[in-house]
Amino acid sequence: MTSTALRDVTRRQPGQERQPFLEVLDLHVHFPTDDGLVKSVDGLSFSVERGRTLGIVGESGSGKSVTSLAIMGLHYRRASERSRPGARLGGEILLDGEDLLSKSPEYVRSLRGKRMAMIFQDPLSAMNPYYTVGRQIIEAYQIHNEVNAKVARKHAVDMLGRVGIPEPSHRIDSYPHQFSGGMRQRAMIAMALSCDPELLIADEPTTALDVTVQAQILDLIRDLQREFNSSVILITHDLGVVAELADDVLVMYAGRAAEYGSADQLFNRPAHPYTWGLLGSVPRFDRPQDERLLAIPGSPPSLIHVPPGCPFHPRCAYAARNEGRSEESRPELTPIEPGHFVACHLSPTDRAQIWADEIAPRL
Amino acid sequence: MTAPLREPASGGAEQDTTLVSVEGLVKHFPIRAGLFRRQVGAVQAVDGVNFSVRQKETFSIVGESGCGKSTTARLLTRLLEPTEGTITLEGRDITHLKDTALRPLRREMQMIFQDPYSSLNPRHTVGKIVGAPYRLQHVSPPGGVKKSVQELLEAVGLNPEHYNRYPHEFSGGQRQRIGIARTLALRPRLIVADEPVSALDVSIQAQVINLLEDLQEEFDLTYVIIAHDLSVVRYVSDRVAVMYLGKIVELADADALYSAPMHPYTVALMSAVPVADTRRRDERERIRLSGDVPSPINPPPACRFHTRCWKAQEICRIEEPPLAELVSGHRVACHFPENLPSEVAGAAAR
Repeated sequence: MTSTALRDVTRRQPGQERQPFLEVLDLHVHFPTDDGLVKSVDGLSFSVERGRTLGIVGESGSGKSVTSLAIMGLHYRRASERSRPGARLGGEILLDGEDLLSKSPEYVRSLRGKRMAMIFQDPLSAMNPYYTVGRQIIEAYQIHNEVNAKVARKHAVDMLGRVGIPEPSHRIDSYPHQFSGGMRQRAMIAMALSCDPELLIADEPTTALDVTVQAQILDLIRDLQREFNSSVILITHDLGVVAELADDVLVMYAGRAAEYGSADQLFNRPAHPYTWGLLGSVPRFDRPQDERLLAIPGSPPSLIHVPPGCPFHPRCAYAARNEGRSEESRPELTPIEPGHFVACHLSPTDRAQIWADEIAPRL
Repeated sequence: MTAPLREPASGGAEQDTTLVSVEGLVKHFPIRAGLFRRQVGAVQAVDGVNFSVRQKETFSIVGESGCGKSTTARLLTRLLEPTEGTITLEGRDITHLKDTALRPLRREMQMIFQDPYSSLNPRHTVGKIVGAPYRLQHVSPPGGVKKSVQELLEAVGLNPEHYNRYPHEFSGGQRQRIGIARTLALRPRLIVADEPVSALDVSIQAQVINLLEDLQEEFDLTYVIIAHDLSVVRYVSDRVAVMYLGKIVELADADALYSAPMHPYTVALMSAVPVADTRRRDERERIRLSGDVPSPINPPPACRFHTRCWKAQEICRIEEPPLAELVSGHRVACHFPENLPSEVAGAAAR
């Protein structure tokens, strides 16, 4: 795809000139292994504006976490490090117009914490068990702000209080193992937010939590985003969480974008058969449902042997309608309405007909 | 086999037959400390639970981590020894049966586990895993073990030719199917499934849920499902029990529970579930519980939910509300239930 065509995707609305805060263009992340080249991310483009939340949805192995680690600069790129083969990255990751992939690791590290920060899925492995929670927050704050220990500690207490930790001035000296799962997750969010990052990446931030705690955490992310006008990337497999929090949604399959649009477009006018499958696979919580779930047959493909053409075609019920194009050529992300893109060979008439006859009545 | 799972609620005499029931079930895990390992306390994981499961129904237990739902499942299948209470399977008291007496009972009830990676022996072939129940129970199925195993593999949607493969050659969803095939080998009547789909991807979850429904039809199974995903529970269950800190706080038909939850905890739990519908984003009324679930080592007295309940009054701290049937088929343990039909509320006031 040409770079202007890619920009049509990331700029979303036709004719938009303004540079989005984060713009990812034709990102590739490949890992050489003994079994072959693992193409975890293979030509992905998207953007996030300031103050907006992008939800990235997909199943295990769709490349959503690999994408977030690439943005944060956390992939080992040199083969010598830690004796594992380096990741091969290609494309562009533009943070406020600056291509992170062409910068040195030291420079990208200086951006972490202040310009971009990440909430990981598993707080127990993301925190150092030897240091108190407070010390870990203070460390990050002092790197980016020239303040003395007293001020930094006061800030850390404030942050812990903001995320709802009871008695923060007392709990700041606790170790991670002394916190419950929900408190640990909140402490990690406090750590990620301690320098008011402009871009916050939350990788499955609530997957390990109970629903009542999940609701607290989602409220927290929403409130803090409003306050700081940050960009948020929310990575999850839970479509309910996406529907609650995201402004825009990117559906990933086998390292590529299947569908990209606003939350309203994705949930109310989904266009890709994979998105239909995801929505049909989730039982409705808010109403009784007697029909069977619309499960997607088969399992996600191996990223070493990605099916040729459309990677979803072996599992797609409608691939046969495209006269072999699904098996032969890879569908590009093309607009079907302003700001709504889909990578699928179905013709607009076929798609509209399938949606109206088979999918919409069952969702 | 595309028929819906739920049978009409008319309920003939046969349908209401109880398969398994528990009364006053208690499980305390002792906490020992000091030189002589004296007991200094107990984790009150399950503390006085009553329910009965009817034949061919799907009975679900929901709750958050630490509420005792998994312990209840393990007590029910007698993988744990109850501290107090009785468990009755088809009129027979199985509470304190010894291992040798339990073994024939295992043919009647089987368990599906959450993690399809740790519940299958990586050194055994699929044939050996699925055929293990026959070996352990000294059962020779008609047509031989291999033929039966291949039939089971087919029943759960796997290729019978995969008999000689190892678990690592399968994906998570396929492994869960292998585990399900194993539970079916002895044609049990009761299957207790502890979080059967929570480790699986969304599209695979739907496949396994559909499979469980088909198998229930085909083999006349009774399910007890332990889960935390309230959407999945609504879809699969006939009746649902909600647990909080070792006690059942509400028990009702799935539709009644979801359309008009009565216990404040259930109301809060329901309002916290994110719904995959952007149009309803701002319409829903949310109740946010503050804080965490208290420790089951030292649970709050009387009503255990009073520390987090917005309706709590003096009586909630003094007197424990009984699990009472306030509406037909709908039991709730609360002094101030929500969504109470007006005629019941009026009668209670008088």
